[in-house]
Parts: sequence; structure tokens; C-alpha cells
Amino acid sequence: MDHNWIAIGHIDDIPVRGARCVKTPDGKIAVFRTAENEVFAIEDQCPHKGGPLSQGIVHGRAVTCPLHNFVISLESGQALGADEGEVRTIPVRNIDGQLSIALRAAALVAAE
Amino acid sequence: MTQKLVIIGNGMAPGRMLEHLFEQAPGLYDVTIFNAEPRVNYDRIMLSPVLSGEKTFEDIIIHGDGWYIENNVTLYKGHRIVDINRNARTVTSDHGVTESYDKLVIATGSVPFIIPVPGKDLPGVITYRDLDDVDAMLLAAQSREKAIVIGGGLLGLEAAAGLALRGMDVTVLHVMPTLMERQLDPAAGYLLQKAVEERGIKVLTKANTKRIIGTDRVEGIELDNGTIIPATLVVMAVGIRPNAGLAKDAGLAVNRGIVVDAGMQTSDGDILAVGECAEVDGMVYGLVAPLYEMARVAAAHLAGDTKPAFVHSDTPTKLKVTGINLFSLGDFADGDDREEIVLRDATAGIYKRVVIKDNRIIGTVLYGETSDGAWFNDLKKKGTDISAMRDTLIFGQSFQGGAPLDPMAAVAALPDDAEICGCNGVCKGKITSTITVKGLTTLDGVRAHTKASASCGSCTGLVEQLMSLTLGDAYNPAAVTPMCTCTELGHDDVRRLIKAKGLKSIPAVMQELEWKTSCGCAKCRPALNYYLVCDWPDEYADDYQSRYINERVHANIQKDGTYSVVPRMWGGVTNSAELRAIADVVDKFEIPMVKVTGGQRIDLLGIEKEDLPAVWADLGKAGFISGQAYAKGLRTVKTCVGSDWCRFGTQDSTGLGIRIEKFMWGSWTPAKLKLAVSGCPRNCAEATCKDIGVICVDSGFEIHFAGAAGLDIKGTDVLGLVKTEDEALEHIVALTQMYREQARYLERIYKWAKRIGHDEIRRQIMEDSEKRRAYYERFVFSQKFAQVDPWSERVSGKDKHEFKPMATVGFHQAAE
Ligand code: SRM
Ligand SMILES: Cc1cc2nc3c(=O)[nH]c(=O)nc-3n(C[C@H](O)[C@H](O)[C@H](O)COP(=O)(O)OP(=O)(O)OC[C@H]3O[C@@H](n4cnc5c(N)ncnc54)[C@H](O)[C@@H]3O)c2cc1C
Ligand code: SF4
Ligand code: FES
Repeated sequence: MDHNWIAIGHIDDIPVRGARCVKTPDGKIAVFRTAENEVFAIEDQCPHKGGPLSQGIVHGRAVTCPLHNFVISLESGQALGADEGEVRTIPVRNIDGQLSIALRAAALVAAE
Repeated sequence: MTQKLVIIGNGMAPGRMLEHLFEQAPGLYDVTIFNAEPRVNYDRIMLSPVLSGEKTFEDIIIHGDGWYIENNVTLYKGHRIVDINRNARTVTSDHGVTESYDKLVIATGSVPFIIPVPGKDLPGVITYRDLDDVDAMLLAAQSREKAIVIGGGLLGLEAAAGLALRGMDVTVLHVMPTLMERQLDPAAGYLLQKAVEERGIKVLTKANTKRIIGTDRVEGIELDNGTIIPATLVVMAVGIRPNAGLAKDAGLAVNRGIVVDAGMQTSDGDILAVGECAEVDGMVYGLVAPLYEMARVAAAHLAGDTKPAFVHSDTPTKLKVTGINLFSLGDFADGDDREEIVLRDATAGIYKRVVIKDNRIIGTVLYGETSDGAWFNDLKKKGTDISAMRDTLIFGQSFQGGAPLDPMAAVAALPDDAEICGCNGVCKGKITSTITVKGLTTLDGVRAHTKASASCGSCTGLVEQLMSLTLGDAYNPAAVTPMCTCTELGHDDVRRLIKAKGLKSIPAVMQELEWKTSCGCAKCRPALNYYLVCDWPDEYADDYQSRYINERVHANIQKDGTYSVVPRMWGGVTNSAELRAIADVVDKFEIPMVKVTGGQRIDLLGIEKEDLPAVWADLGKAGFISGQAYAKGLRTVKTCVGSDWCRFGTQDSTGLGIRIEKFMWGSWTPAKLKLAVSGCPRNCAEATCKDIGVICVDSGFEIHFAGAAGLDIKGTDVLGLVKTEDEALEHIVALTQMYREQARYLERIYKWAKRIGHDEIRRQIMEDSEKRRAYYERFVFSQKFAQVDPWSERVSGKDKHEFKPMATVGFHQAAE
């Protein structure tokens, strides 16, 4: 795939079991850090009614949406449990704590 | 004419006796009780769960103060009777109170035996008999140091298990070769020792204490063989002696205990004795079942019915240490005229032994698996000839008659007169018929009406099975609803264990209580965070990542991801400067909506997250702090104009409301907390549908509680009337603290109150001034850490990361 790695900061900028967002031309992206220091990035928009997932509570490899409690997998972007829906996941690279995300080149070009 | 009945001692036996007496002959006596312990009648059996933290003292009270008032009983708490004058028919207490009697009941219980070794009087050496002993142990346990329990019997092991759960390093010294040798044979004693050791408790058998070492307080113990064991606490639990000295001094016949006949009469016709201090037919007792029988007999005699007579019966022994199941009944010594049947299952840790004489069971020891205890007890009591089932007897009841049955069927098969609750002597038929006749559907109901499972609680499982049998699907056993799928434990258990085990962080809770997930979920983490904030206000570091977004960023998230901001307007009162500041902020940040809330203040809606600190900074300059409209915490105190303006106002409702809000802001509570103060019963501040409300009246302040006007609509109940503003504040604060400490997360006051009982709350807040004061002071302490305005903290830079994106990727950069 045609990846375009963009540096977004250091892992320590994100609280453990927390999230920060990154504004991009392709919409807001939520970058999560789990208790085990894994980093995931997904679209910051709940598949239910667009709630900001970056504001949810992070547990395991999932986040609970702050608006109506959908639980979204950070790995797959799928809604877990009885709920249905999916958000886009974004590849993240972690080199010694320096984080970059890969944006869809096509989307970027289109946005330009 | 009513006669005067005086009782010495307020333990379990006379408590039960009075219940019978008031039922049989209400109003016959004018009752006065003297109790050396400064408290009401409680379930002494349950002291061990209080020690281990599984119960609180409140949970084990049998008769609260209200009961004495209702029954017109005068209770002298903390009065020890030092003299009985049989000629004058009076008793005198150590505080000099003298009371005359027509009938006297002596119920002084037992005194713990103290082994007469040097050092026995050192501070730090205690016995195990009453609540003061438990308090002393809890105090000692705070040090987490070494404790020695002398005595490997029932009491000693319960004390050891409790102290170990409280974090002490415990050694049990037992003089005999195996534990609980009076109730268990050596095989069962060995299994018990293993189970005790698995709990981290050291056990030394054949250990004879030579002396207790220490100068100013206990430092350790030296054994006969020269071994020295250091300790800061020594608990002596080596046995009890009937407390009969007072009776002896009064010239009553005393042998081991106070000698009574089968009608509980002592050698003086006007004096009865009941409980552990009494000796009937050469026997003294140390378990409640026979004492309750004495209570029943004594009550009948006092009521004028002299027929009932006390008959001896064996009581099974059980140990109340969670996770250890043992049952012991009757005589299990070996002998030529006896046979025994034994079953062992080493892997499962099961041992069963039945001792038989002349084809009849005379003793039973069960370890590891005790569900057949009731059945063996029944066979023994009835003297059933077991020859026909000898081969399969040891496999228990379910095995008789062929195919193994499930436990439910075993209970179903019990005859109606089989005893279910040993402590209270309640048989199966009584339970099932009471359930039907009274239409009972809850365990508490069955406890209240039959007393079954109301004392030591070890028959609770059986009682529940009987309820299922009788009620079918209508009975949903008291299964605790787990907090969430991360644990099997319910909220109450978790709260209790946090305190009991001194858990002070979320990872500690999850580790110690065996959470099934690595870091919890969005349901349990906010609850745990609250429990820890509430229980350890000075020590716990609030975990923001476990708070819901609103509490993390101190604003309310809206459907479009923007936030709303509600500054505090104390008691709903504002002024031109505040309004001007709000107007300026609205203009500066182009806030799209300004609304007056239902809580008497102003809401600014539609603010971008990034703008929050700047908005707060401007509001802060005008003196505003956060209104916490987002918090599971104190929200608003609504007021009306009151006596300052209103022609009907009786008190300064506005002033009181502001005072309460200033006192209580910032506190976290299990669910949101809303208050209101109305200046007269016209109630313009709608105080009677709030969590806590005040209605001012001419004579003072009527405090209300447990109202709601949200998903449920519920008018408040009256807590009580107080005279001054200061008292009103103290009562409201104490009630809030009680709620903070007991409720489940997200449970509003009205739901919590329904669960634990409005009367109980009134008792603790209105009647028990000491308790009220203690709640009040704990609240005040926690406010020291809570009253920090979260907005100004964030204006000065706290949690900066929350309000800024991590990065902004521009078109230019992205296209590179
Ligand atoms: C702003 C306000 C409505 C208004 O415009 O007047 C309001 C707004 C919300 N209420 Fe309310 N309630 C407001 C007064 C009330 C009142 C009236 C009162 O306090 O006198 C009630 C009924 C009284 C009561 O609480 O019993 C009320 C009963 C509820 C309930 C039902 C609670 C319940 O236990 O049954 C909820 C739902 C909940 O908390 O789970 C709720 C939840 C909410 C939430 C927080 C919904 C949410 O989760 O997002 C709304 C937040 C909007 C926001 O961002 O500001 N709101 N809400 C009022 C703010 C009061 C304040 O100044 O702090
Ligand atoms: C920790 C513990 C666990 C137990 N576990 C069990 C169990 O599992 N099962 C079971 O059946 N039993 C158990 N027991 C035993 C049971 O609690 C007692 O048998 C029962 O409480 C005795 O009741 P009582 O009324 O005779 O005396 P008590 O309940 O001891 O009451 C006597 C009261 O009289 C007061 N008193 C004494 N002298 C005077 C005086 N001169 N003037 C005024 N007041 C005086 C004392 O302060 C005391 O409050 C346990 C006991 C303890 C301590
Ligand atoms: S009643 Fe309360 S919760 Fe419902 S829409 Fe209005 S503000 Fe929101
Ligand atoms: S918007 Fe996320 S659950 Fe409704």
C-alpha cells in the first residue's frame, strides 16, 4: 500500500489508558495508548452517532464511546458485543516512542 | 400492677428472652437492663466477620436503640452491676444506680479464661469476647506487624483468620497436637491445619506458653521449649468460664455456673439465670442454640406458664472462616462399644466420619463437604436405626434409595421436623409454612419471621434452597449482581473489601480481588475510582483515565462533541458583575446558546473543547468556579427568597442554602447530589423532590431526604426536625457522608435509602449523635482534598493535553 508516514509526536504525549486527537485534512483521528503501551489510531467518530471516541474510557484494547457506550475495538475498529458498526483504523508506527501515522495518499491528494 | 423485671447483662440470651416475653405477655413487666458493655444487644457470633471486614458493627446489631424505646425498656449502657441485695431486692451498678426488682434475671455470660503466665497483664495482650476486643485488634492490625493467637479452637482460629485478612503476620499457638481437638478428630484437625496454613497463618501445635515478654507492652512470647516468637499483639482465646462471681457473692448456689433448674430458676425463687452463666443439670453451654432454648423457657416462666422445661441437646459446631467448611456434632471419641465409618478423598480435601453405637449415630465429623450435616443431625436426634443403610450411610442422604440426587432434592427429601437453623432451632416445616402463610419472597423476610439464618448465617444456603422449593421460579436467590463482567463481586463486596484489605489503587483492587480483565472496563473503573476517592481521601491519587469524559474535562459533553459550561451561582443568587462577566464571555467566544437551567443557574452551551480553559479563565476573573453540573458529586443547592423578602418566609432559606453549598461543593458522591432549601412549607424551591431538602418552619428546620424527580418521581421522607442552622448543616453533611460511604456507584440517595431502610438512616443520623458527629468529621476531612476548583487548576495548566490536539496535519505537510 502507498503509505505516507507522518510524525505526530511522542508516545508520552498520550496518557496511559488515554487518547489524543490529530487533526488531518481527512478528518479527526484518535490516537490511543493502552495500559500495555500499545498505540492504536482510529477515526475519531463513533459509527453510532458520530461521538468523539477520543473522549471515551480506554480499557484493554477497546474504548467506550462517551455518548452512548458503544465499545469499539482499537485493533479492528469493529463495534464489540451486541452493537454493530465499524470505524476506519489507521496504521501507526512506533520507533523508540516517536509516533507516525500513515494517511491515505489518495485521500490526501483528493483533499488538496 | 406491672412488676419490675431487672436484667443483668444484655447479651444474646436475655435479648431473645425479652422478644419471647413481649410477645407472650406484653406490658406485664416494667423492664430495666444493666449492661457492662456500653452498647445495645448485638450478634456476638458475628464479631469475626466484623474483624475480617466482611460485616460492619451496624450489620450485626440485634436490637437498635429504637427497640428499647418502643418496648419501654430502660437500658443502662456501660453499667456493671456490683451488688445484688436479695433482702432489699435491689441491684446496684458501679456508677451508683440502684434499682429494685420483683424478678431478677442474671445473664452475665462468660469471661474469657486468661492463662496465668508472667506478662499476661501487659498492654497488647487481649482476649476475644466483645466489640472492644475487636476494635483493639483492628487498631493493632493497622501496624501490619506480627500477632500471636493463643488457642487453636473456634475463637482462636476465627481471630487468626480475621487478623490475617487485615494484613497481620499471624501465628497460632495450640497446646494440643491438633486444632479444635474438642470438636474434630485428628484427621479433620490435620486438614483444618493445612487450610489455615494456606491462608498464610503459621500454626504451632503442642506449643505451651511459658511467659509473655515485654517491658512497657508486649514484645513476644517464650514457649516451654525456649523458643521465642516476637509479636506486638497477643490474643488469648483459650476458653471461657461462666461469669458467676456476682451470683456467688449474693449467696446463690453456684457450681461451675449459676445452678438453675429446668425452669431457669436459681436457688432464689425471684431470681432466674439464662445464657452461658447458667448451669442446668450439670451442663454449661458455649453456643447459642441451647441458650436460646433457655431464653424461651425463662420467658414462659416469667409470663406465668411454668410448664416449659429445658432439655439438653447437642449443637453442631461450624467454623465461620470463609472457605473452610467443617461440621462437628456429638461424641466422636473412639471406644470398644463404637463403630465408625470413614470416607476420605484426598484430592478434594474431603473427610467424613460417622460414629455409631447400637446402630445409632452418636457423633459426626465432616470436613470439606458438609451439606449432609443437617441430615446426620436429624438421624442422631431421632435415634434412627441405621442398620439398613449402613453401607451407604457415609455417602450421605442423596445416595440413599439409589440414584444420586441433586442437592435440591436432598433438601426436598428432608422431613418437616428436620432442623435447618441450629442457632435458632428452626425446622424445615416452620420455614416452608411461614413462607406460604406470610407470602414471603425474600431471605430477609424469612429471617425476620422465622429467625432462621439470622444468627451465624451458616444455614443460609439451606434456607435459600427451601425458598426455591417452596416458591419455585418466583424466588430468585439472593445472587449478587456482579459490578460488571470483569468480576463476580457485587458493589457492596468490593466496597467492603477495599476497606478491609486496605486497597488503595485500582491495580491493587484488580489484583487482590481477582479481576478477570487486565484493566477493567468503562463500568467498573469509574466506580472503583469513586470508592477509592471516598475511602482514602488523603492517600488515593485520583485516576483521571477512569473518569467519564465530563468529570475528566470538567464540562458536559454535548451531542455534537462540543461542551457546555455551568458556573456556580451559590444558592441561585447572582449580581450584575457576574451577569456582565457571563455576557462578555458569551460575546468573546461567540457562544451559541445561553440558558437558565432547572438548577437555578446559567448554562453556556456549544463551546469547543479547545476554548474551555480560556472561557474558564475569563469566568474565573469574575469569581466564578465550576458548578460541577457534570459531576457525580454535589451539583446545586436551590433556594427560595425566604425570610429576607418573602411575606411567608420563616427562616433565611437563601442564606442556609448558600452556606450548605459553600460547605459541600467539590465533594464526590456515588451519584449526583441535589439539594434545596425552601423558606416555608409552600416549598417554592421544590425541596421535597430532592436528594436532600430542607423545609424551614417556625420551630426550626425540617430535613427531608430520598426524593427524586428524574426517571422516577418520588416525594421525600422526613429525616427529622432540628432547631438551628448549625444542626441542620451537621445533619445534612452527616447524611451525605453516610451515603458516600455506603451506596453503590450511580445509586441515588432514594435507591440507597430504600435498600438499607429509612429507619436505619434516621437511627444513625438523628438518634446516634456520636455516629453523626463521626460522619460529619469524615466529610470535613475529605473536603480538605476535594475543595479545589478544577477550572482554575486547568487554567493554570493542569491536564493541558486534554485541550489541545496532539498534532495538526496540514495539507502541505500531508502531501509531502
Ligand atoms: C442543564 C439541565 C437542563 C436545563 O437546561 O435546565 C440538565 C441537563 C442535563 N441533565 Fe438533568 N439537567 C438539569 C436539571 C435536572 C433536574 C432539575 C433539578 O435539578 O432541579 C432534574 C430532575 C431532578 C433530579 O435529578 O431528580 C434532572 C434530571 C436528570 C436525569 C435523571 C436522573 C435520575 O436519577 O433519574 C438525568 C439522567 C442521568 O443523570 O443519568 C439528567 C441528565 C442530564 C444531562 C447531564 C444528560 C447528559 O448526560 O448529557 C444533561 C446535560 C446537559 C448539559 O450538558 O448541560 N438529568 N436534571 C439542568 C442542569 C441543572 C444544573 O444547573 O446543574
Ligand atoms: C467471637 C465469637 C464467636 C462466636 N461464634 C459462635 C458461633 O459460631 N456459634 C454459636 O452458637 N456461638 C458462638 N459464640 C458464642 C455466643 O456468642 C455466646 O454463646 C452467646 O453470646 C452468649 O450469650 P449470653 O447472653 O449468655 O452472654 P453474652 O452475649 O456474653 O452477654 C453477656 C453480657 O453481660 C454483660 N455483663 C457481664 N457482667 C455484667 C455485670 N456484672 N453487670 C452488667 N452486665 C454484665 C457483658 O458485658 C455482656 O455484654 C461466639 C462467641 C464469640 C465471642
Ligand atoms: S430532559 Fe434533561 S436529559 Fe432530557 S433532553 Fe432535556 S436536558 Fe437532556
Ligand atoms: S455516538 Fe458513540 S455510542 Fe452513540
